[in-house]
Amino acid sequence: MASNSSGGGGEGGSSDRQRIAQQRLRIIAGHLQRPADDGLIVLAAECKGQNNKTEASSEGRTVPRRRQEIMKWNGWGYSDSKFLFNKKGQAEFTGKRYRLSGMIMPALKDWFEGTFGASLQHKTPATPVLTSSAVQPPTLNEAFVEELKSTGISFSHNAEDRVFRAHGHCLHEIFALREGKFGRVPDMVVWPNCHNDVVKIVELACKHNVCLMPYGGGTSVSSALECPPEETRSIVSLDTSQMNRILWIDEKNLTAHVEAGIVGQDLERLLNESGYCTGHEPDSMEFSSLGGWVATRASGMKKNIYGNIEDLVVHIKMVTPRGVIEKSCQGPRMSTGPDIHHFIMGSEGTLGVVTEVTMKIRPVPEYQKYGSVVFPNFEQGVACLREVAKQRCAPASIRLMDNEQFKFGHALKPQVSSIFTSFLEGLKKLYITKFKGFDPNRLCVATLLFEGDREKVLQHEKQVYDIAAKFGGLAAGEDNGQRGYMLTFVIAYLRDLGMDYYVIGESFETSVPWDRVLDICRNVKARIVRECKDKGVQFPPLSTCRVTQTYDAGACVYFYFAFNYRGLSDPVHAYEQVEHAAREEILANGGSLSHHHGVGKLRKEWMRETVSNVGMGMLKSVKEYVDPQNIFGNRNLL
Amino acid sequence: MTSSFGDSGRSGPLDEEELVDILEERRRSSDLGHALRTFSPHPYKGAPTCSAADLNKAVLESQHLHYITKEVAMETGATVEEVREEASGILEEMSQNLQLGFIRLMGYPLSKVSKKLFRSIFVNMEGLNRLQQAVQENPVILMPNHRSYFDFLVISYIMFTYDIPVPVIAAGIRNTVFISPSLRCEALAGMKLVGRILRRSGAFFIRRAIGSDKLYWAVLSEYVKTIVRRGFAPMEFYVEGLRSRTLKSLTPKLGMMNMVLEPFFKGEVFDITLVPISLSYDRVLEESLLAHELLGAPKPKESTTGLLKATKVLQEDYGSMFVNFGRPLSVRDLCQDKINRCQYNLIPRDLPQKPTAEAQACVSWLAHLVVRIQEEGSVISPWSLMASLLLQAPTAVLTEEGLPWHRLTEKTLWLRRLALDFGARLNWPGGVPDSNVMQSNLVLHRSVAQRKTGRVYLVREDEPARKHLISPEEDAHRTAAAVLMMASYRNQCLHIFVRPAMLATAIHITKSGQKDELSTFFCFLQDIFSNEFIFIPGRSSQDFEEACFLLKKSGAVHISQEEVTVLDAGLEVLSFLQALLQPFIESYQVVFRYLCENGPHSFSEKQIIPALRDWTTKLILSGELHTYEALSSDTQKNVLSALRRLEIVTKSRASEQNEFGVNREAVKRIGDILSGKIPPQSLHPTPLARL
Repeated sequence: MASNSSGGGGEGGSSDRQRIAQQRLRIIAGHLQRPADDGLIVLAAECKGQNNKTEASSEGRTVPRRRQEIMKWNGWGYSDSKFLFNKKGQAEFTGKRYRLSGMIMPALKDWFEGTFGASLQHKTPATPVLTSSAVQPPTLNEAFVEELKSTGISFSHNAEDRVFRAHGHCLHEIFALREGKFGRVPDMVVWPNCHNDVVKIVELACKHNVCLMPYGGGTSVSSALECPPEETRSIVSLDTSQMNRILWIDEKNLTAHVEAGIVGQDLERLLNESGYCTGHEPDSMEFSSLGGWVATRASGMKKNIYGNIEDLVVHIKMVTPRGVIEKSCQGPRMSTGPDIHHFIMGSEGTLGVVTEVTMKIRPVPEYQKYGSVVFPNFEQGVACLREVAKQRCAPASIRLMDNEQFKFGHALKPQVSSIFTSFLEGLKKLYITKFKGFDPNRLCVATLLFEGDREKVLQHEKQVYDIAAKFGGLAAGEDNGQRGYMLTFVIAYLRDLGMDYYVIGESFETSVPWDRVLDICRNVKARIVRECKDKGVQFPPLSTCRVTQTYDAGACVYFYFAFNYRGLSDPVHAYEQVEHAAREEILANGGSLSHHHGVGKLRKEWMRETVSNVGMGMLKSVKEYVDPQNIFGNRNLL
Repeated sequence: MTSSFGDSGRSGPLDEEELVDILEERRRSSDLGHALRTFSPHPYKGAPTCSAADLNKAVLESQHLHYITKEVAMETGATVEEVREEASGILEEMSQNLQLGFIRLMGYPLSKVSKKLFRSIFVNMEGLNRLQQAVQENPVILMPNHRSYFDFLVISYIMFTYDIPVPVIAAGIRNTVFISPSLRCEALAGMKLVGRILRRSGAFFIRRAIGSDKLYWAVLSEYVKTIVRRGFAPMEFYVEGLRSRTLKSLTPKLGMMNMVLEPFFKGEVFDITLVPISLSYDRVLEESLLAHELLGAPKPKESTTGLLKATKVLQEDYGSMFVNFGRPLSVRDLCQDKINRCQYNLIPRDLPQKPTAEAQACVSWLAHLVVRIQEEGSVISPWSLMASLLLQAPTAVLTEEGLPWHRLTEKTLWLRRLALDFGARLNWPGGVPDSNVMQSNLVLHRSVAQRKTGRVYLVREDEPARKHLISPEEDAHRTAAAVLMMASYRNQCLHIFVRPAMLATAIHITKSGQKDELSTFFCFLQDIFSNEFIFIPGRSSQDFEEACFLLKKSGAVHISQEEVTVLDAGLEVLSFLQALLQPFIESYQVVFRYLCENGPHSFSEKQIIPALRDWTTKLILSGELHTYEALSSDTQKNVLSALRRLEIVTKSRASEQNEFGVNREAVKRIGDILSGKIPPQSLHPTPLARL
């Protein structure tokens, strides 16, 4: 769509913006094949009818109803993209979608074997195909199905469709799938096309006492999508993926009204075409949906400029068993009692289905620049981030990786000058010559992303590098920074590679006051190492962290841990015990239960101590009022 | 069930362990060479090393000290600058200045002196190896018991010898020295040289009674915590607070322990490793000094000249010394269910805060645990068993007729079996006839007991050459000094017997066989005596079970579900055990009686100890009391502490001084329970949450 807004860009502004938009398309969401529409199921005519009043682009969407056409059933992301060790023992990333696609990473094998004590000889391949017969037959509520048919809303009780919607991406979920094991899965899947479809579905569910579980992008890491085993009613997965249109863009107020099923990459791509963006870029943005962000209080890496989801949302429409909840106007701030949006945000699908959201949008920034800084140690790095936060001059994104992650990043470098140099030697050579006096086993790196006017970006960049210098930080180039962010999108694929070779792992996050950042990082990492040892893990685990967000009063910290489970009889159980202990450690060190992943069922046991008895009571009473029949029975959060 | 805690198990005969005599090497090779040896320890991996000056700077710049400085300035009207100056002065007075050069400098004379004093210094190598490992992983706290001034540098000496980072050591200095800031330097000047050497050997100085000096507390605790946080060096301190004059473990002091543990509670370190260390001496250098102190002779000032006078000590034989490095304890593991670390989430961690009841209980529990492990790790000498038996004879017999040697031999061998049954680490050399072992022990302790014509006598100090006749009081004190000296050696093995002895006493006094009745009386005894012996809070029922188990094991009793039946064969064991506790019971009764009958309604501690001594002396002279041990001022103080703990003796509100009031009725009741006149009842005015 044409951008004829009064943006101050002058004559060339519009074309410039479009050029940048094109570029961003390539960077963030490019190389995506347009999925073939199967046309299996007839769309509801009524919703289509609504389309004419929208300006929304109807370009192809990423997510088809049949996810299996482009996505793995037992791993992360697209079927065509995966890491593997080729016949020469070199790691390679398949497919064409990403910058890393088709490349060879010679150092990864060394790092992988050295870090985990793993060996390419010891494989643990996944069950190759999804055996439908292994899925328990659906328990259908016939009356519900009959009435649903009459609405024309598409649905399915195909085993594959159901399995796809029975899990998120927790380790235990993927591990079970790889072994071909399925627990309780939804009995059917429905695909509403618009808000009104959802209203009908919810009405029918209430009428026939059916359990509804909203499903967006399926990227949860909190067991949120796990069907409660004690649920005896028919479970219907409400897949919002077909509600993926931008219904309108308001260029005067810079807002867009969007259906909640749209996934991040589509939203950005479509807005970019109009010269806008939301700037909301969670690491899962390729697959996670707007509704999911709202339901879990998501956070994007560029929140320093654009804000987290709660800052971005102007208006929310949600369908509940009691009816539709929404505000009467779009005022930017209100003093009208507790903000009802905050009952919705973070409700994790327990109260209803978010159908439409009005979000703030911004013109696509003129200029983007990556950067990186190497610090002599993690302590200095944290001190620098703290100072940056204090001076409130954080770039769009600033992330600090610890030494282990820094090494890991290097292991993923596509080409090393000589394949005969071992990974660590190369690292030492590089960094001892480049950063004199830095200990390669202690140094750490911060990656930066600046956005805005060219001039301001350059100014800003100088300010940040000046601060970094005070903490012994040395600029380490744009390339390192850019690779850091690119890896964000492929890192999730790596877990699948590990799982092919006895290595399992996971990441989890927290938020913590500044004065406790170093303590929590040290203690949680050490706790993981100690727990692994206690649980009989034979090799020291990978236990690493990074600071991914800065706030005035604290930071968001991510932990990654993985270990080689050879010799363990029940690796998933051991893994879960370690993660549990790590979470206890986080809480004991003043960290929060979650910064943006949410609670789901995985972290439910700590909710009461997190929000107090009264807080728990408040939340419960809202649930009781809104959904007395527990139609939205995924049993998350409470 | 055994008497050891968790995995600390160091019970059992000594010869199963690898003990190395570190003096052996010193006798073979050059002491100078040793002092100049290449020292290459593996330091703590958790943090980069920093200098003593960096450490002090970090303390003065800490947020915690900023808060306190401001507070103190507000309260006193001084400027923040002035208060900061004062804090800096306190730190200067306190801080160590650990330098390897001075360790070397100390190493040389220490080698010489050690060889002169001791036949051997045995160290358990396994413990040392574990320590070497532990030091690299987490901040380490070395927690030795304190029996002699010699304790002070011996651990540093050993660690230096075995390439383990040398510790910084918390050393107490007496408070009277610090009347005013201007006097400080002057008073220290007396020990200037020694002080400086000690400082550079890693000692840092703490005033004994800090009281309510807020700034001092703040500087000290920040200093200690910074050392722990940074893993600057292993830290050594005496959890008993003082050198034990009775050679019996002292109730742990919690102030320092609190400071040391706080960095873990607040998440500033991942874990802290506690290493209990048991130092055992065959013969203690200060034995007669200690006995006189207990009888009220003032403690000599710790002055340089005083130390020089101690050189006459060098001419004597002190047998062997044992240093047992206990298994490293992970504070994290031990505190797992005892402390909720989330309690520190809502207040800045630097903010001065009183420890919560939960934290205090946890600290107290840990401190008691460590002292118990120290006890278990200490080595019992044959002499300790002999002293226990000798003291069970009437004092008059010991001083006048003597005890037949063959009888003592027979009983000692019997007691050896019992002690081993109870899990003692007994240093009874093999390959030598038992009578030779005993004889050589007696020779080593000829200052306390001597054998003449087949009988063993208590040795009293020579009468001072005076013109006038020695008064009966002075004479009694001479006997008491000898008894107390001997008692201190008995005390070395008390922890082995105390639990079964309390059960034996309970059986004797209640005349009951009902397990629950015995258990009630047992708990009563623990309540009364918990300032006297070390009981881990919250473990009474386990302690009782342990006592039952040991008595049963020794064949003294039969135990069924609900009853304890005394066996004929066990009478000897029971009467020995009961007699072991008897002097304590009598000493306590004397104080109770004094408080009920003669004592004033209110008193200060300064007045009451001499008054008690006079009164007790009179009782002894009149023949009413035979227990000379009742003259020990430490025991008397323990009784008063127990009564204060039970809120029977309370601080009078009105007075500024430490004046106490007594609830005579309650004292009488306790006395009556203790003598079996009335059954035990709750001693606590309110149900006390003793963890």
